[in-house]
Amino acid sequence: MDLSLVPLLAILVSLVVVVPIMLSSAKPNLREFWTILAAVIKFGLVLTLLPGAMRGESVQLHLVDLAPGIPLALNADPFGVYFAVIASGLWIFTSFYSIGYVRGAGEIKQTRYFASFAVCLSATIGIAFSANLITFLLFYEMLTVATYPLVIHNEKKEAIDAGRKYIAFTLTAGLLLVAASALVYHYTGTLDFTPGGILSDADLPHTAMLLLFILFLGAVGVKAGIMPIHGWLPAAMAAPTPVSALLHAVAVVKSGVFAITRVVGYVFGVDVMGDYGLNDILIVLAGFTIIVASLIAFAQDNLKRRLAYSTVGHLSYIVLGVALLTPTGMTGGIMHIAAHATMKITLFFCAGAIYVNLHRTEISNLDGIAKVMPWTMGAFVIGSMGLAGIPPINGFFSKWTLALGSLEGDMIFPVIILVVSGILNVGYFFPIIYRAYFKPGKGLEKYGEASPLMVVPIMVTAILSVLFGLFPNLFFGFYDLAVDISLSLFNSAAP
Amino acid sequence: MIESHLPAYIALTFVLFSVVIPAFGLWRKELSQPLAVLGSGIAAGFSIYGFINYLNEGSIRYFFGGWEPPVGIEFVYDGLSGFFVLVINVVAFFVMIHSHNLQKVEFPGKEMPYYALAMLMMLGFNGMILTGDLFNLYVFLEIASLSGYALIAIGEKQAPYAAFRYLIIGTAGGTLYLLGVGFMYTITGTLNIIDMAAMLPMLFESNATFAALILMIVGIGVKAALFPMHGWLPDSYTYAASTSTALIAPIGTKVAAYILFRIILWMFGIEITDAIAPLSYIVGVLACIGILYGSIMAIAQTEMKRMLAYSSISQIGYIIMGLSLANPWGFAGALLHVLNHAIMKACLFMISGQLRLKEGHSDISRFDDSYRIKYPWTMASFSIAAISMIGLPPLAGFFSKWYLALGTIDNSNWLFLGVILLSSLLNAVYFFRVLEKVYMMNPEKGQKEPAVAERNEASASMLWPTGILAVSLIVIGFANAIIVGILLNIFPM
Repeated sequence: MDLSLVPLLAILVSLVVVVPIMLSSAKPNLREFWTILAAVIKFGLVLTLLPGAMRGESVQLHLVDLAPGIPLALNADPFGVYFAVIASGLWIFTSFYSIGYVRGAGEIKQTRYFASFAVCLSATIGIAFSANLITFLLFYEMLTVATYPLVIHNEKKEAIDAGRKYIAFTLTAGLLLVAASALVYHYTGTLDFTPGGILSDADLPHTAMLLLFILFLGAVGVKAGIMPIHGWLPAAMAAPTPVSALLHAVAVVKSGVFAITRVVGYVFGVDVMGDYGLNDILIVLAGFTIIVASLIAFAQDNLKRRLAYSTVGHLSYIVLGVALLTPTGMTGGIMHIAAHATMKITLFFCAGAIYVNLHRTEISNLDGIAKVMPWTMGAFVIGSMGLAGIPPINGFFSKWTLALGSLEGDMIFPVIILVVSGILNVGYFFPIIYRAYFKPGKGLEKYGEASPLMVVPIMVTAILSVLFGLFPNLFFGFYDLAVDISLSLFNSAAP
Repeated sequence: MIESHLPAYIALTFVLFSVVIPAFGLWRKELSQPLAVLGSGIAAGFSIYGFINYLNEGSIRYFFGGWEPPVGIEFVYDGLSGFFVLVINVVAFFVMIHSHNLQKVEFPGKEMPYYALAMLMMLGFNGMILTGDLFNLYVFLEIASLSGYALIAIGEKQAPYAAFRYLIIGTAGGTLYLLGVGFMYTITGTLNIIDMAAMLPMLFESNATFAALILMIVGIGVKAALFPMHGWLPDSYTYAASTSTALIAPIGTKVAAYILFRIILWMFGIEITDAIAPLSYIVGVLACIGILYGSIMAIAQTEMKRMLAYSSISQIGYIIMGLSLANPWGFAGALLHVLNHAIMKACLFMISGQLRLKEGHSDISRFDDSYRIKYPWTMASFSIAAISMIGLPPLAGFFSKWYLALGTIDNSNWLFLGVILLSSLLNAVYFFRVLEKVYMMNPEKGQKEPAVAERNEASASMLWPTGILAVSLIVIGFANAIIVGILLNIFPM
């Protein structure tokens, strides 16, 4: 095991940058320079960990003891690095896009916006690199607190209500996590994430294990948007669009599914999950969420809300993949973390560009906009096709792997869910595309494409989606990495 | 040589300054506050030195006049008393500094008697903690109480009434305690706590011991504002001068909690306490009701000091609950919460004093987002203390809850665990409400633009104490493993 400060630096860089961001409040260009600088450095630091992760190595760092015997410890294992690469990589694009967005939309309190965003990214990378449940809890709560100012950003009534809802959901979740962690500590005397599970030797009675699992599910299921505890997510769409894009499609909700994977693979372990039948609960909940969220998405006229429900549905793809407890299913779930990230961030970017440029938020007002915003809408088509699972976009690839994974476990039900959900995805995305391309628009004469600060990130994330679909291993060997992570959970669990 | 006299020095410092302040205060009344700062500073210095000495050398038993008990009176400076003395004297030092600008507004012309009384009250508190003698403890209890009633009476128009009510209830509590002490003396023939603890295993099966224990718990429970004996607290804390509240709220109920720790865990021991009836569980359930009741009532308040007062009832519940668990994690959690809550509440009450000084009120419904610009540092301290109260890591407040949670799980006490978690949520409700008002526009009042205001921050003598206390919450959060390591060693069983 290699000892190194890199994981700590990767977390701290965006925390430290808050100070210069606050100090350069009066000079917007300088202030945004700090954000971009931190984003680039952070991504670079995370990338230096990637070669080690590809070889299956972990970088561990033991800081202070947070409680007797429980250290504040970081462990940049392959799964953590995988998640950190996605989050920190997409932060760079979001930073550029944010600049275009907040200036274009004339948002208030922009300094608070960029400062909170930076803290959020620190918390997200912290979640990725947490070595034990207490460290994880620390960053999980930090993410809650730092996201709050972004959710309420415009300080209108709707936003403040959404903020209250968000805080109520996530704080409750945090408390459940405290209780669950304390119980795990009581039963096992450790809180360190271990491939194969901490609880694998605990030999608890069935009800105790079940209750513990439900506590964990409540704790991390909130951020993962599992129904029926997803309520904060659509409400949080009151936040500025870049926040929805990075946090509510990538960082926060992916922290949730990341945490579910950690809980399943590293706290309970796949054996315990299977032996106690806990994965069935997850499969049913995830299947229910996928279908119901897609149906609700149909009814939304507000573009961001439709995307929000689509997010709820797609998060459960990942949960489903993890719950299958087959190596291929796990790989599919892990792949979908990346795939959904690039596609959904593209779609949210598009929604934001449309809002800033045309001041339109409702789908029924989007007639004919492809003529004035061809690049944006082109990217939108790619993203929505990917989410519907149409090749060659990366959404297809992860979905295909998920389907293979459920067949590997001799399960048909999840495959049916995937197929039905694919059709529903087409169903709720197609009308948007139809309106934008084939209906005549009104009052669009004086408008053109959105600012390049927004369009370029949109194009890049869309192209990334296609490239990852065609060549899953093109960048960083992502597919191989996902396979390795998944296998490590199963191999270590074998006797 | 100084080490062996330390317990006496701490108490004598306050005796000295309660005399020096009137002497100088009659000549120049503006000298009273600096002298109080000096006095509490010296005591805090002794306390820090004493605790370090305890860690290196162990406990000190100090016999007054060289007379050993049971003939003479002793002060016992062990881990528990050392820890409490350290907490209260350091907090008092910060509150005394903070009062510099409040004195002219809140009790003009009464500076000399006010600070003399404050020193007397601190003498009482320190004496209660340090003494090894049950009757001597009663004497110090009355010194602290009488000066406390007077301090509370110096406040708003309703303050004398609140103080009078406290006096009636408090005296009843003190008398019950004294009655219990009388019973114990009749049974054991000694008033020394250590002697008594040695004898009790042979005597505990008598009804008189049981009655004495209940009398003492109820009597001290009044002072600790243990539910349902909390009735005196909200009015007293609300109407007293901000400095009095900032001094009494973090310290007063803690000292009463200390006595409960001493009696239940040290003198009787948990087995004897629970030998006839499950008293510790009953106390724990009362604490739980107090936790929920205090939090719910705090949500219903609009006046910040009153909200914090109810929150105090709730927080003292955590400490008593940790005591009732009588296991190492619960004990460590309770004592860590003594430290955390003393810091958080002192910080929050001092901030309410700052707001009263600057705005003339501390009515939450009148807070708006101009405070963010007018008092950036005050509000930053408030936010840290509030988030710590809610119990989010890595701030100190989280860790006391964490250890308490571990303690409840070790006893398989799911009810208490549920109460701890639920109460955190309730805390979040009443603190986020304030943060919302201060940091955001108020769309319900039709506000469209962020407020514009000039910076109007409080003076350095107020900002530094609150700021240091707020930062110390972060430091304690990261250093809690060390503190808890020490506390686990103090646990008597």
